Amino acid sequence: MNWRITPASSSSIKLLSLPLIELRQSRYFYFSLENLLVVCVRGKRMVSGLINENPTVYERKERRVRTDSTNTDEFSVEPIDQLEIFDILFFDFAIVNIHHIRDIRDPEHPYSLEQLKVLTEDSVEVDDHKSYVRVTFTPTVEHCSMATIIGLSVRVKLMRSLPPRYKIDIRVAPGSHATEAALNKQLNDKERVAAALENPNLVEMVDECLSPSFE
Amino acid sequence: MINNLRVGLMEEINFPQLPDNQTGLSVIVRFRGERERERDEGRRMDLMEKNMELIEVQKLEGHTDRVWNAAWNPVSPILASCSGDNTTVLEETHTRTVRSCSWSPSGKLLATASFDGTTAIWEDLGDEFECISTLEGHENEVKSVSWNASGSYLATCSRDKSVWIWEVLGGNEYDCASVLNGHTQDVKMVLWHPTMDVLFSCSYDNTIKVWWSEDDDGDYQCVQTLDESTNGHSSTVWAISFNAAGDKMVTCSDDLTLKIWRADISMMHSGEGYAPWTHVCTLSGYHDRTIFSTHWSSDDIIASGAGDDAIGLFVESKQHDSVNGPSFNLLLKKEKAHEMDINSVQWSPSKENRLLASASDDGMVKIWQLETIP
Repeated sequence: MNWRITPASSSSIKLLSLPLIELRQSRYFYFSLENLLVVCVRGKRMVSGLINENPTVYERKERRVRTDSTNTDEFSVEPIDQLEIFDILFFDFAIVNIHHIRDIRDPEHPYSLEQLKVLTEDSVEVDDHKSYVRVTFTPTVEHCSMATIIGLSVRVKLMRSLPPRYKIDIRVAPGSHATEAALNKQLNDKERVAAALENPNLVEMVDECLSPSFE
Repeated sequence: MINNLRVGLMEEINFPQLPDNQTGLSVIVRFRGERERERDEGRRMDLMEKNMELIEVQKLEGHTDRVWNAAWNPVSPILASCSGDNTTVLEETHTRTVRSCSWSPSGKLLATASFDGTTAIWEDLGDEFECISTLEGHENEVKSVSWNASGSYLATCSRDKSVWIWEVLGGNEYDCASVLNGHTQDVKMVLWHPTMDVLFSCSYDNTIKVWWSEDDDGDYQCVQTLDESTNGHSSTVWAISFNAAGDKMVTCSDDLTLKIWRADISMMHSGEGYAPWTHVCTLSGYHDRTIFSTHWSSDDIIASGAGDDAIGLFVESKQHDSVNGPSFNLLLKKEKAHEMDINSVQWSPSKENRLLASASDDGMVKIWQLETIP
């Protein structure tokens, strides 16, 4: 697994050295810092160790620290909660790259949905017991024509990351888009989604949004 | 304690060789054998007063992708299922997901509707199926295909908002008889009436349309639209099913309800003109996710399959309210019948036992038996 750090222009860089705590078998690992949580989600493969144990990590805005981080049992099953879904939406492969540590990218701009405030932690409502998640996103402009691609990307990302028992609802924030009802309806019609994902052009755009970028 | 079950199991399951990139029809199962069990004399009487249970009889796991549809052959004990996976029993025909399949009334032909925009007709040659014809014309994904009662017409519908009627000519020839425009969005399903040449279609535009050729000259027009103003659905209508007599119909929708409709079809049979369909009742609160499929059995049990992974069974209630008309009650709800959304439920045409097939996103087709428990 490769680690690459590039300095960013506007925030400070912290050099850290941390133990690795492997949380789950299948999906992700994190290392916790004093006030910073960096979570990296790897596809579906198990991560067995860090090549670089002293990565330089970029401090972004303050984030909640998981209070139960003392649980070091790597085989325990923890319920999926809001933060995890948010993290799934923001971390793709375990590449710690300053600009692109948070995915999904906006289709038009080289920024992540988080940076554009299209998605926030509160965008996610999840109930692990009921296997239900609802993501509400806010397009940057009311007539955003990319809203479909964004919604589709969010859905694809969740479909790939969550267990198949999950029911996923995607919607735009009420009042944030001119054709809100039509958009919500088509983002949640699975036949339309399936047909869209068999369209190579759309798939390419979605993959663009979901890919980590290497710079 | 369950009644003695001795099931004559699958004699033969044809699992296909896995070629490369073919999406298509997979798993045609030959299901043979009679079930030996004690007959329950009162079985056709009041089901609501018995303890019923839906027991899983068989699980068919050949698919590797979601299964959209399952269809029982009307005359022989065969079940066809279609999927998005890359397996096929048959030669290369469809290049994308097969969305739906339908047997002709004679049981000899199988029509498959695909996301690649074509509909293929397959003939059962005993050991294998041969594609005898491919119907092209739709601009994009074909969602559903239906044969009329006599097998002389085929109807297809698509995301291109149109419904096509095809005439079955001799010698494996199929001719497009009519292109019906009227829906304003994707058409999810088409179904011919069981006794008359009246065509029904339901759509993403929340409506159900009825198409009829009054002069029987092949010129079909939309004679009725069932929308919100006529007590219709408030979201995408996914499926339609008729009772055996053809005077009642059930529809299911993304608005989480099932609706029952009826019409005075004796009027139509006697040539007095079109008899409109009216809303009878709405069944709501039983599913909390989109209801994708519904099927009305020959002994009047309505099955529903939904995105909440559950199968619902409903029967007409015995109390006939002369003011409000018939009402329906939940007979039972089988939670977690599958691990993912149920896309299709179909009762077996077999009169001897109540078998229900369900197909799901989890890639499985399950066969259920409705049993009374003592």
